[in-house]
Amino acid sequence: MEVCRSSAVSLREFGCEQSLLSRPDGSASFVQGDTSVLAGVYGPAEVKVSKEIYDRATVEVLIQPKVGLPSVRERSQEQCVRETCEASLLLSLHPRSSLTLVLQVLHDDGSLLSCSLNSACMALMDAGLPMSCLFCGVTCAIDYDGKIITDPSAAQEKGSRALMTFAIDSTERRVLMSSTKGSFSVHELQQCIAVSQKASEKIFQFYRDSISRRYSKNL
Amino acid sequence: MKDTPLSNCERDFLLKAIEEKKRLDGRQTYDYRKIKITFGTDYGCCFVDLGKTRVMAQVSCELVAPKENRPNEGVMFFNIELSPMASPAFEQGRQSELSVKLNRQLERCFRNSKCIDTESLCVVSGEKVWQIRVDVHMLNHDGNLMDAASVAAITALCHFRRPDVGIQGDEVTVYSPEERDPIPLSVYHMPISVSFSFFQQGTYLLVDPCEREERVMDGLLMIAMNKHREICSIQSSGGIMLLKEQVMRCSKIASVKVSEITALISKALENDKKARKEGGKFGFAESMPQERITALKKDETSVEMSDVSEKADEIIQKAEVPHQTVPSPVVPVAGVGQIGEDLQHTWGLDDEDDDEEEEHKEDSDEEQDEKNMDVEHEKEIRGCVVEISDSEEEEVIILQAEKPGKTPIKTGSDSHQKGAAAASRKRPNK
Repeated sequence: MEVCRSSAVSLREFGCEQSLLSRPDGSASFVQGDTSVLAGVYGPAEVKVSKEIYDRATVEVLIQPKVGLPSVRERSQEQCVRETCEASLLLSLHPRSSLTLVLQVLHDDGSLLSCSLNSACMALMDAGLPMSCLFCGVTCAIDYDGKIITDPSAAQEKGSRALMTFAIDSTERRVLMSSTKGSFSVHELQQCIAVSQKASEKIFQFYRDSISRRYSKNL
Repeated sequence: MKDTPLSNCERDFLLKAIEEKKRLDGRQTYDYRKIKITFGTDYGCCFVDLGKTRVMAQVSCELVAPKENRPNEGVMFFNIELSPMASPAFEQGRQSELSVKLNRQLERCFRNSKCIDTESLCVVSGEKVWQIRVDVHMLNHDGNLMDAASVAAITALCHFRRPDVGIQGDEVTVYSPEERDPIPLSVYHMPISVSFSFFQQGTYLLVDPCEREERVMDGLLMIAMNKHREICSIQSSGGIMLLKEQVMRCSKIASVKVSEITALISKALENDKKARKEGGKFGFAESMPQERITALKKDETSVEMSDVSEKADEIIQKAEVPHQTVPSPVVPVAGVGQIGEDLQHTWGLDDEDDDEEEEHKEDSDEEQDEKNMDVEHEKEIRGCVVEISDSEEEEVIILQAEKPGKTPIKTGSDSHQKGAAAASRKRPNK
């Protein structure tokens, strides 16, 4: 199976701006190509008694679509993001408190879930919440020729056979969350994971660059 | 999550400052904060920054059946979404008093002033009209949400393009933007809301209150006006008595502000149009400030793919072969219906049976023990007493008396019976 050897796998140009909102404790907007997501974090703060967990913080993730009210699609993405955040945040340091992460979709041009994950991580960093590792999201699409495309645009997503999004942690490049759609073989899945791990290095390097740029003048 | 309450000190300080004609951010009484208008990548998407207040508006359209009493008019729908991102006090999915008030005001400002030609939105009279939906998302709440929302909504409406439609007989065709150029809405005029806040029972007046000022104000006056100096809606809230002169003065200030803002919107629309025409870069991604220290951008990067295939192979080879799953591992219990039950199996009979047996060997071993125990238990009960009455005592006494040696047959695992036996031994001693 000779696949994706010659294809130029690339990430679209991406950018990020942190603490652009004044009200939330942490905020970031992440842009991947034309896809962009704005994230705001409130917390650790007071929690509703019904949602209180006695030994750790309650994480709440809300995704606001651009048009209309949140539906099932948003709910499932919320769950993906929440589980990733719960895996990386050190929640036991803030028992009986709440962390609210609000994600506003600004434009969807493919790879929305990975963009949401990246903006969420940047916002959590901006809020200064303790985390065991950083995470990033990478979306891979497999088209009908079996070619792997990373960070696909909406048109590429449409013309793909399978779509996978992985959340990858920064310490050991392990997979924190995966969300897949369509059919693919085990071999393709492993390939996509390997590609995502490679791509994650670029994104983590970007995280590092943007944070060091941000704090370059503070000392 | 609750909003942080405003302390008395802050309140007194703010009021004192207003008395001295000073504002927290150094503005003069009639000054507006800086307005910045940016556009998204697609049509009808607009961001408005009013100082730190940030609002996004998105216009969308769909074909719907018209209202019965207005068969040849399009439908306008406004929705202001107070996202929890804007302020911790806003809750998801709950209609607060503020959101109802803002929605109502926006509707009055736009729909009732007939700023959009709804008749041009008719496709087939009485059957199909365009519904124009305006979603306004609050992203950051730093006061004066209404003005920001009105500017965002009208700019987005001006920026929006709906798909062209063609009618052949009864057939309505909606053309994609590639086939035919989308059509802008016909906007008659641009109503813009200007807010005035009053302090100390109307003694002091401020234009464009920020969040802190909104908290200590006594009353609010919102005037929506277009550049022809026509008032589209006027609303006073907070239960404050205003004099005629005050309202007149406010409307004069509003007319000045509205003409300024209208000029700004026109300029922003013009710039965006030019950028789109030239085919250059536009949209939100381009509006991200590059010079800020908090922002960073990276160009398209390629991902190293050379050893990916090998790595995947390696992992797969290392991985254990997954277990052959059995289609139906459930052992049917009497009374449970299952496909194929009591019938001749015609395919894969041997294999399946083998697998099933293997799967269940371990399970069944364990189960066997339990079953044995149960059987023993049952036998025992049957052996000694048939009835299981509510009052245990009698029964237990009999058990103890007649069969003292039978209980410890299955030693080791049977704690329940032992316990029972122990209990039964104890009881007669009472």
